[in-house]
Amino acid sequence: MATETHEAAGHAAEAAGSAGMPQLDFSTWGNQIFWLIVTLVVIYLILSKVALPRVGAVLADRAGTIANNIAAAEELKQQARDAEAAYEKALANARAEAAAIVEATRAEAAEKLKAATARADEQIAAKAAEGEAAIAEIRAGAMEAAETVARDTAAEIVTALGFSAPEGEIAGAVSARLKG
Amino acid sequence: MEGDIAELGKYIGVGLTAIGMGGAAMGVGTVAGNFLSGALRNPSAAASQTATLFIGMAFAEALGIFSFLVALLLMFAV
Amino acid sequence: MATEAAHGAEEGSSLVFHPMDQFIVKPLFGGTEVHWYTITNVTLWMAITVLAIIALMVLGTSGKKQVPSRGQSMAEMAYGFVYKMVEDVTGKDGLRYFPYIFTLFMFIVFANVLGLVPMSFTTTSHFAVTIVLALAVFLTVTILGFVLHGAQFLGLFWVSSAPLAVRPLLAMIEVISYFVRPVSHSIRLAGNMMAGHAVIKVFAGFAAIAAVSPVSILAIVGMYGLEILVAFIQAYVFTILTCVYLKDALHPAH
Repeated sequence: MATETHEAAGHAAEAAGSAGMPQLDFSTWGNQIFWLIVTLVVIYLILSKVALPRVGAVLADRAGTIANNIAAAEELKQQARDAEAAYEKALANARAEAAAIVEATRAEAAEKLKAATARADEQIAAKAAEGEAAIAEIRAGAMEAAETVARDTAAEIVTALGFSAPEGEIAGAVSARLKG
Repeated sequence: MEGDIAELGKYIGVGLTAIGMGGAAMGVGTVAGNFLSGALRNPSAAASQTATLFIGMAFAEALGIFSFLVALLLMFAV
Repeated sequence: MATEAAHGAEEGSSLVFHPMDQFIVKPLFGGTEVHWYTITNVTLWMAITVLAIIALMVLGTSGKKQVPSRGQSMAEMAYGFVYKMVEDVTGKDGLRYFPYIFTLFMFIVFANVLGLVPMSFTTTSHFAVTIVLALAVFLTVTILGFVLHGAQFLGLFWVSSAPLAVRPLLAMIEVISYFVRPVSHSIRLAGNMMAGHAVIKVFAGFAAIAAVSPVSILAIVGMYGLEILVAFIQAYVFTILTCVYLKDALHPAH
């Protein structure tokens, strides 16, 4: 098989007089190295002069745009946050104001209520005093009438029993009894 | 193919160099396996180490390529 | 089994594998001699790579739109990907070398992907190409290190955090690993590309047997998916290793 392989690979190697492996055919190395160097130099020049600056510029450009957009977005976000804060503040103010109004109204109402209660109390007290006075008067009247009746009755009884007594004595005795 | 002791030795030698590829296979397998077990333990660090993985595999594999080269040289150049 | 079949097959039958034929450098316009200036399939596919890069990076971005079109956003994605990689690995002062690294990345990724077009030629599967790329990185990094830091750059090999006794040994290992860098850097890329294409070709050879051809075609489909992944990963790995080496030159302190 080896000889076959030799023959097979041989038709190019024959001229060069090398063994079966084209890689080890040193007669072609000069050619390959020459064209390789030409290729590498051409690629290097194209890349370093045209392609790489262009791609680098595009990438830098894009990075700049993205950074700008992010900054703008950040700014808008900040604005939104400010607006929200202002709104919150206004809301809080309004709420505080409403609470103050409610408080004031409540105090006023309480004040009025208290005044009305006091006036009503006063009237009630006056009425009660008036009533009291009337009752006392009635009671005094009744007491007096009762004393008179008792004195008269006592005098009558004394007389009916056949005794006589001075006017003043009977009256003093009745008064003392009534008091006692 | 009859009667040529040099040919015989050549083919035996080529066959023996194939063992070297098994060694390279073991080496590459060890590198990849250890990388995988490390990466599963700490997946967050794995991405930063893939370059090291490939360098290690390249070194392990280079020796297998050497044995392949020896085989080719024996086969075609000797 | 393949060997048996190939052995049993007649000369020139369909079951002879030529997995490496796709890598042969041929002059495009007749002749068999390959001089250094000859226009070959290497030239053609490198020119296509350049055109594809121009199409993406120059024509695609010609709109310079704020909201990118599809082509422009792909170009921007590539730019941002490499830019971030350079910045992450080397730091801010590595960004001066960004065009250089971006050139490497774009060339490798386009060469890899264009190599997957059927009947195409994969320029990055040749050691001649990848060794030049890797040596360019190696020499740039070494010269840059000495220019920026002078003799201090040698501190890269002197691991001052290790005990004094083992430092010479470590220095030797470090020097060796430093000089192996361009080798592994170039062979990794070429080897991956070559291996994938050769495997696809071998599966394609099996497709000539009617009984296994469906399996072989499915295998080719799977390999294609894998190869597309590999094309990007190898470009990424090449670029990120370039960044790592560049970081050593910019900040040699261990």
